[in-house]
Amino acid sequence: MTSFLTRRRFLSTTAGLAGAATLGGLGRPARASGELTVGFIYVGPRDDYGYNQAHAEGAAVVKAMEGVTVIEEENVAETQDVQQTMESMINFDGATLLFPTSFGYFDPHILKVAPNNPDVRFEHCGGLWSAGMPANVGSYFGYIGMGQYLNGIAAGHATKSKKIGFVAAKPIPQVLLNINSFLLGARSVDPTIECQVIFTGEWSMAVKEAEATNALADAGADVITCHVDGPKVVMETAAARDCFICGYHANQSVLAPEKYLTGAEWNWATVYTDMVKKTMAGEPIDNFVRGGLAEGFIKMSPLGPAVSDAARAQFEDTKARIMSGGFAVINGPMKDNAGNVVATEGQAFEESDVALESMGYLVEGVIGSTS
Amino acid sequence: MAVGADIPAPATPLRAWLTGIAGRAEGLLLPVLALLAGFAVFAVFLLLLGKNPATFYALVYKAGFGTAFSWNNTLSRAAPLLFSALCVAVPARLGLVVIGGEGAIVLGGVMAGGLAMLLAGWPAILAMPLLALMAALVGAIWIGAVGALRQWRGVNETIASLLLAYIAIALMNHLVEGPLRDPASLNKPSTAPLAESLRVGDLPGWNVHWGLAVAVVCCILCWVLIERTTTGFGARIAGGNVRAAQVQGLPVTRLVVGFTALGGAFAGLAGYFEVSAVHGSANASLASGYGYTGILVAFLARHNPLAIIPVALLLAGFEASSGLVQRRMDLPDATMTVLQGFVFVSILASETLTGRISLTAWLNRKDTA
Repeated sequence: MTSFLTRRRFLSTTAGLAGAATLGGLGRPARASGELTVGFIYVGPRDDYGYNQAHAEGAAVVKAMEGVTVIEEENVAETQDVQQTMESMINFDGATLLFPTSFGYFDPHILKVAPNNPDVRFEHCGGLWSAGMPANVGSYFGYIGMGQYLNGIAAGHATKSKKIGFVAAKPIPQVLLNINSFLLGARSVDPTIECQVIFTGEWSMAVKEAEATNALADAGADVITCHVDGPKVVMETAAARDCFICGYHANQSVLAPEKYLTGAEWNWATVYTDMVKKTMAGEPIDNFVRGGLAEGFIKMSPLGPAVSDAARAQFEDTKARIMSGGFAVINGPMKDNAGNVVATEGQAFEESDVALESMGYLVEGVIGSTS
Repeated sequence: MAVGADIPAPATPLRAWLTGIAGRAEGLLLPVLALLAGFAVFAVFLLLLGKNPATFYALVYKAGFGTAFSWNNTLSRAAPLLFSALCVAVPARLGLVVIGGEGAIVLGGVMAGGLAMLLAGWPAILAMPLLALMAALVGAIWIGAVGALRQWRGVNETIASLLLAYIAIALMNHLVEGPLRDPASLNKPSTAPLAESLRVGDLPGWNVHWGLAVAVVCCILCWVLIERTTTGFGARIAGGNVRAAQVQGLPVTRLVVGFTALGGAFAGLAGYFEVSAVHGSANASLASGYGYTGILVAFLARHNPLAIIPVALLLAGFEASSGLVQRRMDLPDATMTVLQGFVFVSILASETLTGRISLTAWLNRKDTA
């Protein structure tokens, strides 16, 4: 009996939906030739004050470009969901340039969908494109560790307890470089400063982020920054504990203007407008794109009211040196916090050194462990 | 009133047939009407937002069921939901509310990803079934433990399964970021990629992996087990009244542990297919909420394994259309969750009407008038 019912239920449901299909304008939106549809895919909400908002701000600039239609989808999981979203944007909207922005979209999802859609360009944030991967795939990223170094300078001047804190998602190279840069920036002000790090284990887990921030404040940290997808909780919690804060991903100064020193922000508008212009002009885009402050891939939030004149002077001076190129945060001799040598005398890793993208250590002065 | 009017008229074959049809029609009509009611309430919600409900439902149809690509999309999303819904529906026949299938999914996936590293040189014909079996076994142990805790320690199975899911996810994170991590997986800690020979491919002519076919077969087998075997009959008795089942000498403990373990095995299989057909390795993406959507599917299907198939397709279709709705109508991504909520409440509420608007009763009333 039940089988009969369920089959009938299914058929009648789909038939009802079929009737609905005759309503409404469903065709692909009309598109003049020479125009371009660009798809942006986010792993979280577009207004997360963080990773996704930084990309959405870049997308908003592209949206204002002549002849460009921007389509967006948020909260897309790093599962077959994103494969289907890419296919859907290609099939239903005619998108020919896609920016799936989350790291986990790259392998296997983009690498699986790209060969089936050779006329579509896939540009991915953070991945390491290498020879042998599909030619219509590219990866771009920015040297945001430099921004965390500058955050560290502002923090080094602001801290009274000589202890600063870092709320981190996972112990992976991109995050470790940020933690190390933050501490080394602060140590350029005062070499006795220490940085305590707490890993939450998740990219987006508000409860753990709040707990970690409180634990850092309890342990005496008085300047806090983070690397999680949405820094809002960390910023608000830290400010409520009377700590100074340094932003990350996007500008969080509105959350606590008096406590906000500065922040390391993505400036994806530069990358996106450039890639869209090239695509519309029929010019090729490099498969591996990287840039920093000088290239306009990242930027710093305006310095807050709590930043002292001495801090401002060192901040601006260091920023100018980074802009002129060749600046290295990891300079030998340097040890990790377990005593192993990570850079020998005279060895320096410039921002563009690909070795930094496989960093696996926390430098001396960081309280915490990668495992 | 004539003498003997209170004696029921002898049932004619026609009336018996009509009564049978009416009984069946109620079971069909009620959920469909409830579904439509949910759609209607949601339409009002859309109107309040200033959006056109007709365009909305047309987009849902188009992106979920309207084209070959839409069906690929929907079917791909349905596969894990079928397995995870079975993890809820099978124990539910014993009256158990198990909501922690997510834990068995991630552990099944980790088992598949981790064990595949050891089986790299094995012939696929041996290695693939072994991987699937071990993933199912891990899931079975994980959810079976929930049944055992209930039977022997009196621990509530709903809470236990949910909390165990958090433990499972933490365990997965520890394993893929620690002992099982492939050193080459830099910014997304994962197990080593599965050898090509161990990957599960797509159904011929579709972009949908074989997991869907296996899941459908599992649904059918579960229906047979529950509706057509003495074991299933015993489970239904125990689910209806555990005391009565014990008095009758039914092996309640064995049934509870066995059915929870069976449900967990299906969730473990979902994890196996995620790793071997979608991700190619085990990593944190395994915890993407299929276990929780499966709860919704199972409840909407009233824990009937066959009904799970169309319900999973319907919900997968909703999810498949979520993106197009976001992009074309400028609605937030939570829209589909709201729709699912309306439908869920509507169908659950409709259950209280079962038997009250019975066509059978209506037929009989006309008869005695």
